[in-house]
Order: sequence, then structure tokens, then C-alpha cells
Amino acid sequence: MDNNLLAQIVFYSFAVLTVGSAAVVVFSKSLIRSAFALLFTFFGVAALYAFLGADFLAAAQMVIYVGGILVLLLFGVMLTHKLYDLNLRSETFQFVPALVVAAAVFAVIVTFMLRTSWHTGPPASDAPTTAAIGELLMTDYILPFEAASILLLVAMIGAAMIVRRRSE
Amino acid sequence: MQSIAELLGLLPGYSSIPETYRALIPVVVSCVVIFACMALAVLFAVWLERKVSAHIQDRLGPMYVGGWHGWAQTLADAVKLLLKEDIVPASADKLLFKVAPFVVFLGAFAAFVVIPFGASSFVADLNIGLLYVFAVGSLSVIGIIMAGWASNNKYSLYGGMRAAAQIISYEIPSAIAIMTVVIPVGSLSLVEIVNAQQGGIQNWFIFRYPPLVFLGFIIYFIASLAEVNRTPFDIPEAESELVAGYHTEYSGMRFAFFFLAEYANMFLVASVATALFLGGWTWFVPESVVPQFIPGPVLFFGKVLALVFVQMWLRWSLPRLRVDQLMYLSWKVLLPASLALVLGVGWVTVYW
Repeated sequence: MDNNLLAQIVFYSFAVLTVGSAAVVVFSKSLIRSAFALLFTFFGVAALYAFLGADFLAAAQMVIYVGGILVLLLFGVMLTHKLYDLNLRSETFQFVPALVVAAAVFAVIVTFMLRTSWHTGPPASDAPTTAAIGELLMTDYILPFEAASILLLVAMIGAAMIVRRRSE
Repeated sequence: MQSIAELLGLLPGYSSIPETYRALIPVVVSCVVIFACMALAVLFAVWLERKVSAHIQDRLGPMYVGGWHGWAQTLADAVKLLLKEDIVPASADKLLFKVAPFVVFLGAFAAFVVIPFGASSFVADLNIGLLYVFAVGSLSVIGIIMAGWASNNKYSLYGGMRAAAQIISYEIPSAIAIMTVVIPVGSLSLVEIVNAQQGGIQNWFIFRYPPLVFLGFIIYFIASLAEVNRTPFDIPEAESELVAGYHTEYSGMRFAFFFLAEYANMFLVASVATALFLGGWTWFVPESVVPQFIPGPVLFFGKVLALVFVQMWLRWSLPRLRVDQLMYLSWKVLLPASLALVLGVGWVTVYW
């Protein structure tokens, strides 16, 4: 019971961190702050993965999203013009249709959220998952794994080709 | 951590604390202990760096403060940094400017949680320990970009960009070089990796499958030098071109956080190298020949210090690489070499 309370405190603090920083990403007026707030969102999501017993996934989330994707994103954002006081508003302003569509989407999401019988089993075990993931990647899921690898390799070669200075 | 929990159990009234909080206390205490030890080690390393650099360049270095070879110079510097005015540039992004040192610092110190200093002196034995070190290491990269950007200074931004490009490039060969140890052990837990090296120097991974894992160690060491921005890879803070790189605009305690993080990172990569390749806390000879008379953590720290000394030695003997040379080394030399090593070690592990 006591441990449960502790777990709940940890869970809710990370949930607040994730949702709060995600709100900053969406609502912040400066692009660069949105990008940096993503750091805390990714961190919170990684913590939630760890909380679910998916230790490998949590670490991979940090390595790939924070160490790779976020860095790229920041480089991209730094190359844009208006970083502060960005006024993101479209020219045409259709309040009523937008409201209707948004309300409909919200209703659908809430309906499904309430109707789905969520899996609320016992907490996941702390058993290591890395070895099992590795074995599955090398046996059952070898084809998707290799396909993804080849896709990434092609993207890498393509990027190198584009960047390369043309020699006459 | 278990030993700390037992020690705490001796305190009067400890058992009357509710279970919920009692589970937390050893964790917090051991984190504080590790933090204090690393802060002390960093203070010592700063002094050592100045003395080593002085002796390599045939001068004395700090000699007066504290008496014996200026041992208290770093303490005096720390007090000075605490008292200095905290300047935030007028046109800086104030919030990011203030947060950045803490993010860098967090990335440097959080990784020490999984470092096994002795057979039972570690905070947590995560089964993804090595991945965790890399995961929290990526926090530092973001913090450095944040500092470079928020300072609103072209030198800071250059330094931050260079640091980010360099760290993410060199993370790849160092992560792959680590595979040369992970494959034979079959675990990412640092404790298990050290346990697999027990029984004398011949079992250390640096001497496993010669010369495969030894080359892995060399690649890891070179890449880790670049990851912590040490010479010959210190172009992010090349003072002849960039003033001081990403922390140009920082002063006082905020600067001290970057400084602490830099030295903590040196200790971190040296600790990882020690645990992976140099046997961690294990003794040089089999226990049956000469019993271990030095405590494990002391032995571990000695090995780490030796590696830190090599880092300093290289810093003061080698010139700085150019940016293109840096990228050439990472992508065209270290990466293919480490991939070949992984293939080699994998082959040897499976078929031998």
C-alpha cells in the first residue's frame, strides 16, 4: 500500500512534467523555447516507459529522441527566421467550422476513451527486456529490422550525396 | 547502497519511519554521498590539471595557497566563483540562459548513479546501465546547445553548435566500441561486466581476444576525449577563435556549473572505461596468489585517476584538430574500425 502511494507520486509528477512541457511546446510564442521544452516532454515519456517496466525502450527513447532527433530539430529551428514572438495565425479565420470539427474530434476521442476496456493488469515486472528484444529482432522480426536498416542507409547515402560539393 | 541502508538502520528511531519514506532515504543518501565524492574529485582534478600542465610546460603552477604545492588554490577559486557577480546579458534569453547550466550539470552527474565503484558501492545496478549512461549523456548536448543559443553571442553559438556536432558524431564510435565488451559478457549492466573480469589482470577485457578488445578500448578512449571536449578535440572552446565557446557569457556560479560538469564528465568517461576494460574494482592478481589488500573503491578510483591523468597529459602535449579533421577521424576512421571490431569480436565469441 505504501509503495503504491510512492509509485503514484512518482507517476503523477512525471505525468505533470510530460503534459506541462507538451503544453509549453504547443503554446509558447517562441519556436526555440518550444523546441527546448520538447526535451522535458521526451524525458517525461522516457520516465513513463521506465515506469511501465520497459527499461530498454526508455533508454532508447532518450538516446534517439533527445540525443538525435531533438538536436537535429534545434539545428533546424535555429536556421529559421522569426524565432521570437512568432504570430502563427492563418489568414482566413473560420471560427464556426473549426469549432464544429474540433468538437467532433474531441467527442470521438472521448467516446472511444470511455468505451475501451483498458488493460489494467498487475504492474509490469522489472525483468530485463533487452535480451528478449535483441533475440526477437534477430529472429521473428528480422525482415522489418533489415528493411528499416536499409531505408536508413539509403537516407544516409542520399543526404551525403546532396551535401557533397559537386566536382566538375 | 545496501551497506548504506544497513548503516542507516543503526540510527536511533530509524525503524519508526514509515516504510514509504524509508525506501527513499538510502537512495537519497547514496546519491548525496556520490555527489559529494565527485565534487571533491573534481576539485582535486582541477588542481591536478594545473599542476600537470605546469610541469609539462616546465613551470610551477599554483604554489602559494595552502602551503604545500598550492593545494588549496582550487578551494580559493571555488570561493571566488561563489562570490562573483552573476551576470545575465541584457539581450540573452533569460530563462534558457539560467536553465542551461543545470541541464548540463544534470547530464554529467546523473550518470554516476550506475557506476560501480566497488563490489557493493553503487547506487543502482540497472540492467541497461551502459545505455543509461548514454541516455543521460544526451542531456548534456541539449544543455550545451541551450547555453550557446541563449547567450545571444556569436562565439557562444558557434561553440554550442560545434560541441553538439562533435558529441553526437563521436557518440557513435564510442557506443559501437563498447559493444566489444557487451558482446562477450552478454549484459549491459556495469556490475555484471566488472564481475565478468574477476580473477586477475589477465581477465580484464582490455586483454580479451588480443588485440580486438584492446583496439576497442583505444577507440573508446579517443571518442570519449572528443565527447568531453578535451584537446585534441576541444574546438568547441578553442580560445584562439571562440573566446571560450558556449560558456563565454557565463560568470560566477553558473560558469562553475559548466566547469564542474566538464571535469565530472572526464571522470565519467574514465569510470566507464575502467569498469568496461580495466577490471573496475577488481584486483590485479588472482586472490589465491596475493589477497586484495586495497579496498575496491580505492582501486577503482586509482584506475580512474590514471586515465584522467592520461587525458590531461594528452591535452597539454597535442595540438588541436581542425573541424574537417575531426569529422574525418570520427566518420572515416573510428566508425569503420569499430564496426570491424564488433564483427571480429562477434565472430570470435560465437565460433571460438
